Amino acid sequence: MSTSCLDLGDQLAASGGDPGALDRAARRHVQGCLRCQADLVQHRRVLRALRSLREDVLVPAPGLVTEVLAHIEEAGERHAIRSLLTGRRAAYIGGLAAATAAAGAAGAVVLVTRTRSRRLPLAG
Amino acid sequence: MLSAAAVPRLGPDRDPRSDPEAMAALVARAQAGDDKAFEELVTATHAETYTLARRLTGSDDDARDVVQEAYLRAYRSIGRFRGEARFTTWMYRITANCASTYVGKRRKHRHDELVDDLTVIDTRPDLDPVAQADAADLRGRVVAALDLLPPKLRAVVVLRDVYDLSHEAIAAELGISESAAKVRLHRARRKLKDHLFPAREGGGAGDEGEDPS
Repeated sequence: MSTSCLDLGDQLAASGGDPGALDRAARRHVQGCLRCQADLVQHRRVLRALRSLREDVLVPAPGLVTEVLAHIEEAGERHAIRSLLTGRRAAYIGGLAAATAAAGAAGAVVLVTRTRSRRLPLAG
Repeated sequence: MLSAAAVPRLGPDRDPRSDPEAMAALVARAQAGDDKAFEELVTATHAETYTLARRLTGSDDDARDVVQEAYLRAYRSIGRFRGEARFTTWMYRITANCASTYVGKRRKHRHDELVDDLTVIDTRPDLDPVAQADAADLRGRVVAALDLLPPKLRAVVVLRDVYDLSHEAIAAELGISESAAKVRLHRARRKLKDHLFPAREGGGAGDEGEDPS
């Protein structure tokens, strides 16, 4: 089966310029194709240049560390405020529930008391 | 609490940037809740983190925002760092994830960057054969070409070819499949190569060329 240069585009890119990473058909094509040989060399050069960038460390404008720490601090404060609000909300809802329960209990006591007081004359 | 005003200085003989044990000790202290240790980690690694963020976003301002968010996430999840990889590698992964999120949000507001197949601008370096032959210059042109790549392609090629992250890690941090990561890598490499070594006029005959065998 014959291989065209177009078919090899992705394989050459995947190999990063290393002919050893190509399959047998691709290697055979590259051996007889000057264009693909050139492509392979170009991929190798690009990859080498990319890898060399790993050693480069860009220097950020001053103040980045301070910004980072302030951002963490600020987020911590926001979290604390949110926790506080959540706690207050829980206390508020709990208070409401307790008040409702107390009112219900009081209502029941009043109802029972009234019912008893109405029955007393009849008993006499 | 962290104090942004006073960042402690590291001893000259225990620089965590060159001493993995010092770095591991700082990480252990930070995991135990020592905020000063975390500050020292930020001081020691922020330039590398910024460099990656700058390469992923293509902008100084965006890189600063990404770095801030990355360290906030690291601060919150330092307890989950198991030390299987280096702290800087862990930071690279967090930074990649933050940059991906950040660039995704930014693209919603900037429609000119929505197109994944953005055509790389040809600055015709072939007109200057001397510059083309110069390896140092190639490096500079690679940096410029990276900035011209669509963000999705740039992220993958930077993480794989510059920072040597695995396809698995890249896929996990960018929220894509491993096969998608590989496809993007190949496309990015081809775009970079085509930009840096443009085909000469009439030089495309090889496209139709078939293996004689």
